[in-house]
Amino acid sequence: MDHNVQLYRRMVTIRRFETLLIDQFKTGVFPGTTHTSLGQEANAVGVLAHLAEDDVVVSNHRCHGHFLAYGGDPQALFAELMGKPSGVCGGVGGSQHLHWRNFYSSGVQGGTVAMAAGMALAEKRAGRGAIVVDFMGDGTLGEGIVYECLNMISLWQLPILIVLENNHIAQTTPASLAVAGSIQKRFEAFDIPTVELDSSDVLEILPLAGDLVEQVRTNREPRALIISTARLGAHSKGDDTRSTSELTGLWQTRDPLPILGERLVEETRNAVEADVEAVIQVAFEAALAADGGTQ
Amino acid sequence: MTSPTPRTVLDSLNLGLHQALHDDPRVVLLGEDLLDPYGGAFKVARGLSSAFPKQVLTTPISEAGITGIAGGMALRGMRPVVEIMFGDFTTLIADQVINHLVKFNGMYHGQAQAPVVIRTPMGGRRGYGPTHSQTLEKYFLGVPGLTVLAPFNLLGEAPLGAPGQLLHETILNADSPALFVEHKLQYLLKLHSAQDLAEYSLSTLHMGGAIDCPFYSLRLKTAPAAQITLAAYGYMAQLALDALHQLAYEDEIFCELLVPTQLAPFELAPLFDAVAHTGRLLTIEEGTFSLGWGAEVLARTVEALGSGLRKAGRLAAREGVISVAPDLEAECLPGTADIVRRVREMV
Repeated sequence: MDHNVQLYRRMVTIRRFETLLIDQFKTGVFPGTTHTSLGQEANAVGVLAHLAEDDVVVSNHRCHGHFLAYGGDPQALFAELMGKPSGVCGGVGGSQHLHWRNFYSSGVQGGTVAMAAGMALAEKRAGRGAIVVDFMGDGTLGEGIVYECLNMISLWQLPILIVLENNHIAQTTPASLAVAGSIQKRFEAFDIPTVELDSSDVLEILPLAGDLVEQVRTNREPRALIISTARLGAHSKGDDTRSTSELTGLWQTRDPLPILGERLVEETRNAVEADVEAVIQVAFEAALAADGGTQ
Repeated sequence: MTSPTPRTVLDSLNLGLHQALHDDPRVVLLGEDLLDPYGGAFKVARGLSSAFPKQVLTTPISEAGITGIAGGMALRGMRPVVEIMFGDFTTLIADQVINHLVKFNGMYHGQAQAPVVIRTPMGGRRGYGPTHSQTLEKYFLGVPGLTVLAPFNLLGEAPLGAPGQLLHETILNADSPALFVEHKLQYLLKLHSAQDLAEYSLSTLHMGGAIDCPFYSLRLKTAPAAQITLAAYGYMAQLALDALHQLAYEDEIFCELLVPTQLAPFELAPLFDAVAHTGRLLTIEEGTFSLGWGAEVLARTVEALGSGLRKAGRLAAREGVISVAPDLEAECLPGTADIVRRVREMV
């Protein structure tokens, strides 16, 4: 398959998963709440395309996209969100606490950065050559432990790529009310080489992330990638306080799917979308048919 | 490695760490000011960075960060040990312990474990004042998934001494996170040898599990049946032992002292057996009174024995700020004289 088509397919997989999830939440098959990756698909796909088998991924509360881009099974994720034994973590962890192979996510802001730093320290000591990719958001910059960890990540030259997805909003609070100064300079203050990219184009994210992954892998040093992005959905299900015009504008300019999709042959694009639609539907129904969870 | 016989609790813990670092390359000690010649604020880590330079990592003043990092290391197969310089600073690691370390195993459905050992000295009586003298382990005793341990100053059978043996075993064998509670004055206590305890009948019950946590019971050999059961751990267990001795010789009141080394999860069967005979229980702790260790021990004893527990008391620190002034500090924290007085009231 053409590489761009493959990237598109991965992004559509995340998109269809999340839209079906939001649609089906109303029916009561999913307990609790969830956070979706709508609008941030290109980050997950563009970065994780570069992982080697032993590499470790640490993600946060908004982790479905990362999990699926890592290669996680949509059916197991649906089942997890339904609280079923067949879920990724037996239905215990739910939306924000996933662990499968070398993928880990957790829901308390900041703590995942410490987890990721510890894993990078373990990998450095083991000398296996693996690296850690840690996803965090702009909202997490409010947590003190982040700075404790950036300090140690730099002091100990840990093999970690921090991917900061700056969607400019933390739940309902715009970054202008929560983040002072420069994000890039935060990392640079700790001598962590940092690149900033304002794009929802996976074809721009992909090579940049590839370079940084390579630098971390080769030099056994930390790097940071700040991706200015857009959260197209609510924080969780329906708690979006942004204006319709703001959201419409974001959908028109920052949706990663048409940004890549428009560069594909239309027939191919339609075929991918139809195929993924079917795959996600089958995954959902299979998860729903499994025993346990909400009844 | 060959090791000299440890003399004090400090020696024993130091030997336990030496042995653990020697036995398993996955063991890494992290903490503030650990490097020689300083060897940690209370010297428990003395010599370790010289003997195992790659396994001892001195850190910035970032208690939360190093505890969280230790969690990540443990998830990837290492056996990290974190030294928190003062027990008071465990408030800084609470989120890492409660929302991270103890959660991993359950929330990842048994597919991961994080056997991090966190060592820290609690306790006062050194004039360090309000924020460096507290006994805060009670805040961690109700954390599901966390094992809380406190050593007792016995030499025991092991070459490491009982405290070092318990620490060594915890570091190498724990399958879940553990808080290992030391005490600043306990460091200097001599380890009791069998000869030192010749006057006492000591029984050691082994509680089983991933870590073999001994539950000790002490009484005077020639004494009649005990009239009251004292329950204490760590440094307070030594003060209780002193009180037990004094009460026997000055008042002819005979006590039995029960000393758990595993504080949480609460496994108190040996204590229930003892109280079933005496009908009286006094719990003794250095933490503050309300919702403390003693409250839980008493509640469980009542549940187990019902009216078999005829009289109960709790001795704990006063609920206030621990002063630097020696007289005010002594008034605040329970001492041997307080134990003696309470026992006289209860028997």
